[in-house]
Amino acid sequence: MEKIYLAIPLAPLLGAIVAGLFGGKIGRKAAHAVTITGVAVACILSFVVLKHIAIDGNTYNGNVYTWAAVEGIHFNVGFLIDNLTAMMMVVVTFVSLMVHIYTIGYMEHDEENWPEDSLVGRNSYQRFFSYISLFTFSMLMLVMSNNFMQLFFGWEAVGLVSYLLIGFWSTRNTAIYANMKAFLVNRVGDFGFLLGIATVLMYFGSMQYSEVFAKASEVAGKTMSISGTTEWSVITVACILLFVGAMGKSAQVPLHVWLPDSMEGPTPISALIHAATMVTAGIFMVARMSPLFELSTTALSVVLIIGSITAFFMGLIGIVQNDIKRVVAYSTLSQLGYMTVALGASAYGAAVFHLMTHAFFKALLFLAAGSVIIAMHHEQDMRKMGGLKKYMPITYWTSLIGSLALIGFPGFSGFFSKDLIIEAVHETHIPGATFAYWMVLLGVFITAFYSFRMFFLVFHGEERMDHHTKEHLKESPWVVTVPLIALAIPAVISGYLLDPMVLGDFFKGVIKGVGEEESLITEMAHHYHGIMPFILHGLTAPPFWLAMTGLVSAWFIYMKQPGIADWFYNRFHWLHTLLENKYFVDDFNQKVFAGGAVLLGKVLWKAGDRFLIDDSVVNDSAKFVGKLSGWSRYLQTGYMYHYAMSMIVGVLALIGWVIYKAG
Amino acid sequence: MEGWALLSLVIWLPIIGGLIVLVAGDKLSRPAALIFSVITFLVSIPLWTGFDPTSYQMQFEEKHTWISSFNMFYHLGVDGISMPLLLLNTFITVLIVIAGWEVIKKKPAQYMAAFLIMEGIINGVFAAQDAMLFYIFFEAMLIPMFLVIGVWGGVNRVYATIKFFLYTFFGSVFMLVSLLYMYNKSGSFAIADFYNLKLGMTAQVLIFLSFLIAFGVKVPMWPVHTWLPDAHVEAPTGGSVILAAIMLKIGGYGFLRFSLPMVPDAARELTWLVVFMSLTAVVYIGFVALVQKDMKKLVAYSSIAHMGFVTLGFFLVYAIYRNTGSYEGSVLAMQGGMVQMVSHGFISGAMFLCIGVLYDRMHTREISAYGGVANTMPIFTAFFVLFAMANTGLPGTSGFVGEFMVILASFKASFWIAFLAATTLIVGAAYTLWLVKRVLFGGVANEEVALLQDVNKREFLFLAVLALAVLLLGLWPQPLTHVMGASIQHIVELATQSKLPGVN
Repeated sequence: MEKIYLAIPLAPLLGAIVAGLFGGKIGRKAAHAVTITGVAVACILSFVVLKHIAIDGNTYNGNVYTWAAVEGIHFNVGFLIDNLTAMMMVVVTFVSLMVHIYTIGYMEHDEENWPEDSLVGRNSYQRFFSYISLFTFSMLMLVMSNNFMQLFFGWEAVGLVSYLLIGFWSTRNTAIYANMKAFLVNRVGDFGFLLGIATVLMYFGSMQYSEVFAKASEVAGKTMSISGTTEWSVITVACILLFVGAMGKSAQVPLHVWLPDSMEGPTPISALIHAATMVTAGIFMVARMSPLFELSTTALSVVLIIGSITAFFMGLIGIVQNDIKRVVAYSTLSQLGYMTVALGASAYGAAVFHLMTHAFFKALLFLAAGSVIIAMHHEQDMRKMGGLKKYMPITYWTSLIGSLALIGFPGFSGFFSKDLIIEAVHETHIPGATFAYWMVLLGVFITAFYSFRMFFLVFHGEERMDHHTKEHLKESPWVVTVPLIALAIPAVISGYLLDPMVLGDFFKGVIKGVGEEESLITEMAHHYHGIMPFILHGLTAPPFWLAMTGLVSAWFIYMKQPGIADWFYNRFHWLHTLLENKYFVDDFNQKVFAGGAVLLGKVLWKAGDRFLIDDSVVNDSAKFVGKLSGWSRYLQTGYMYHYAMSMIVGVLALIGWVIYKAG
Repeated sequence: MEGWALLSLVIWLPIIGGLIVLVAGDKLSRPAALIFSVITFLVSIPLWTGFDPTSYQMQFEEKHTWISSFNMFYHLGVDGISMPLLLLNTFITVLIVIAGWEVIKKKPAQYMAAFLIMEGIINGVFAAQDAMLFYIFFEAMLIPMFLVIGVWGGVNRVYATIKFFLYTFFGSVFMLVSLLYMYNKSGSFAIADFYNLKLGMTAQVLIFLSFLIAFGVKVPMWPVHTWLPDAHVEAPTGGSVILAAIMLKIGGYGFLRFSLPMVPDAARELTWLVVFMSLTAVVYIGFVALVQKDMKKLVAYSSIAHMGFVTLGFFLVYAIYRNTGSYEGSVLAMQGGMVQMVSHGFISGAMFLCIGVLYDRMHTREISAYGGVANTMPIFTAFFVLFAMANTGLPGTSGFVGEFMVILASFKASFWIAFLAATTLIVGAAYTLWLVKRVLFGGVANEEVALLQDVNKREFLFLAVLALAVLLLGLWPQPLTHVMGASIQHIVELATQSKLPGVN
């Protein structure tokens, strides 16, 4: 099996190298063939691994090579393959494969997106395939890692590919602004993450997960002082720092700002990277670290509150967006908030379960949005769409499935995962749980509202596009629709895995709390009596009715009585302004952090380097030496009368001094 | 390879080669310089392959009497610290010869000769085991550099050369006094004898400060760094590369070879000063780099910030002991500093070569003169982005290894040291990516950019070689850390033994 484990990340890497370095020579077809083959191999092998691990009940923890060994600390590259990893591998490679196939259709006419004489646009098709394969490799390295160093490698590598892909259309100023922003905001998260890793190394003395988790209870009682005399629990500090990393990658408030802007990238990567996989890396990481997080209620409380704020307030912004991709982006933020809430409630299994269902239905929604965008000739404004149902039946039906899954309609995957989260928050006693409960509950309404606002604006009602676009409206080619259908299936059925995955013992021994006495999950499992009662219970619970209210409100406001939206807009103008400007967080960051950094740089440079060091010390001392030698030059002018004069003055002074002394 | 006098070869071969190139005339000078630099590089390889990494002892030693009345010896040898730096030097010089191939039109023979001679002298710095021999090489290296900037430099080259020369010369004078003092005490100039010399605290502090000035200027450390941006801006590409990739390393090397083992008690007392200066370099200089308008200045400031990690890593040993009561983590910190030196040699060299590629075409280094270079130079862009990412310390590139190790180790010294050091993740990324955005991305900014030609084969060659080096060291630093391990362990041991009279 070791060879298979190694082959899974290396196959996409190989594809990426071939398509990236030789893309121009081998041409488009060979480039997409080689990358798709690479990812397909990884995907098939991931299923093999899933069977081997999950069904046959194996786990693997081994090293590939020693990256560096210093002072007895081994920095390894290696794999930990358990049920969590195997599940992530399947999700990542499957969604990636679908996105690869979809890209053939989406990027077919990419040359139109570039200025004519731009050389960098010439092989853009091959380059795109190279990047998404490279991403698949990086993401696999991240989830398969058995140690913190490789985790950080994967963590930053997916960030790099995300950077390259957001700024893929590098001649667009918005794109290259967005990708730099994404990288820098993520680096703020990584800053915390790296300090978290340093904390772990200092107190656990190892980078390997297995060794760290084994020592968790031993370190649990230790404290450290950061400033003054206040002693902090080491585990709390480590967990919060690690979570800062998750906040960057998984776009939690206040490090969420990069994700909406990342929509500047081509849609396939919005689906793959900024919805299904990379942004869930933070969720995965916290779930992986559950043996540590379980030991710190303080850290869990922080996670819970940050997650609930993200879940509610980001969903709210989704309501006022008109760009189809941005609605989905804010929806992603909000759903990531739900996952984070589940982590904070120490229902890690529920978080990972929602991660999986979300990967399917959100990738589906993004790809469907992309399909609409292709048909609309790269128009993304929903106010110029409408009535697309009859032109694009496959896109329509798959979108409907995706939307129903997103709002948690009973029977669809999102229903099971979201209900579990809300249930978990209801049950938990972590400080902040009440607040979080109301946030996620209200969030259900918001989710349904913005989802179906989008759905109705795009597919139903008046056809608001211009004549030219309307004439060319047609369903997308099969390379686009097949992935939609292939994703729609798990978007429905993956929810039925609820029993083994969350309430069963699928994650036993992997995620802390599963199958243990007095844990939240065990508690929840006691209430569970089979899938049908679960659905029936869901029909009577508040989340369902909130979702229905949201759906019907969207229908009423955007289909029946458009006047209401206008009335609301006029009545609550301030709220609209607030949401439209995303709570002014971007402006604040731009002015205070970006502006502040540049100002500080200028001050340090001009006042410090130039004035204090160079002008005052370096050049002035040079000038001083110059002056000194100027004066001393008078001592040896070479003129006889100067010397004679100074002799006379000297003799007179001497005589004067002698007389003074004598007197 | 016993008895081959390899170290003498790598010192004198390029110096003699340089003289031959000088008389060979402009036409023959380029191939001749290439041959000499390649042979020197090949000769230096057995130093690695024949090296015994389990020992901290000097290897490939040569010892001959030089001036017997002063007890001076022509004494050479390398350990795990100097050997990688020596190889870095022979490697980079080959690239510099290739990089200057067509570009240098004015007096190419002298240009090539200057670099070859400089290569030999710097090899001498790394190999010297006699303090006086070290000092002579240390000072002699200024001369070819002075000429390189002064003859082939930019408009303000005179100001820059004088500043460079006086700054560095000012530093080393104090070191000479210290070396003479220790000679008077021990009766020998052997570096190894200085290690065994007992010294009182006052003497140690004075000696430490003199070393701090000498090596701090070379590194350069804040606040004695202001010569570097000026020197870089005026230097020709090759000069910048040697300056950043090799010369700065001599400062770091000096701390390891002289300060820590010779005056450990003073180092322990004054460690706060060095840590403070290093962290200031990391944080303060990062912000200064952010606002530079000249590409070379930006990279020069970034060099200072990255070298801050080197000095920080070297001096963490005492702070770690103070905080945790054990020296565990010191080797990691020092290894990190060393890896950072080698890695910075590759990355800063590559960055300056990239800027050189642009400068040769556009004859300006102003960032605002560029924009959208990716549209006309896609291959160049791929290289530049790779090196920029390495500069931001992305895992998988060499830039990550050293910073990662130093930050991990610094946490053992203090949460706040690690906190400040880790800000480089944000600030370093900010100035590097902003540069990338303004120069490479966007639409074609102007006519000149529209007419740019992508890299030619010669340029592709040196960029590709450096790219490989950056990736290889990033993906597998173990061979390097392994080779340095025993020597660094030994330095830590020396640095942690008190040398005050009466102790032991």
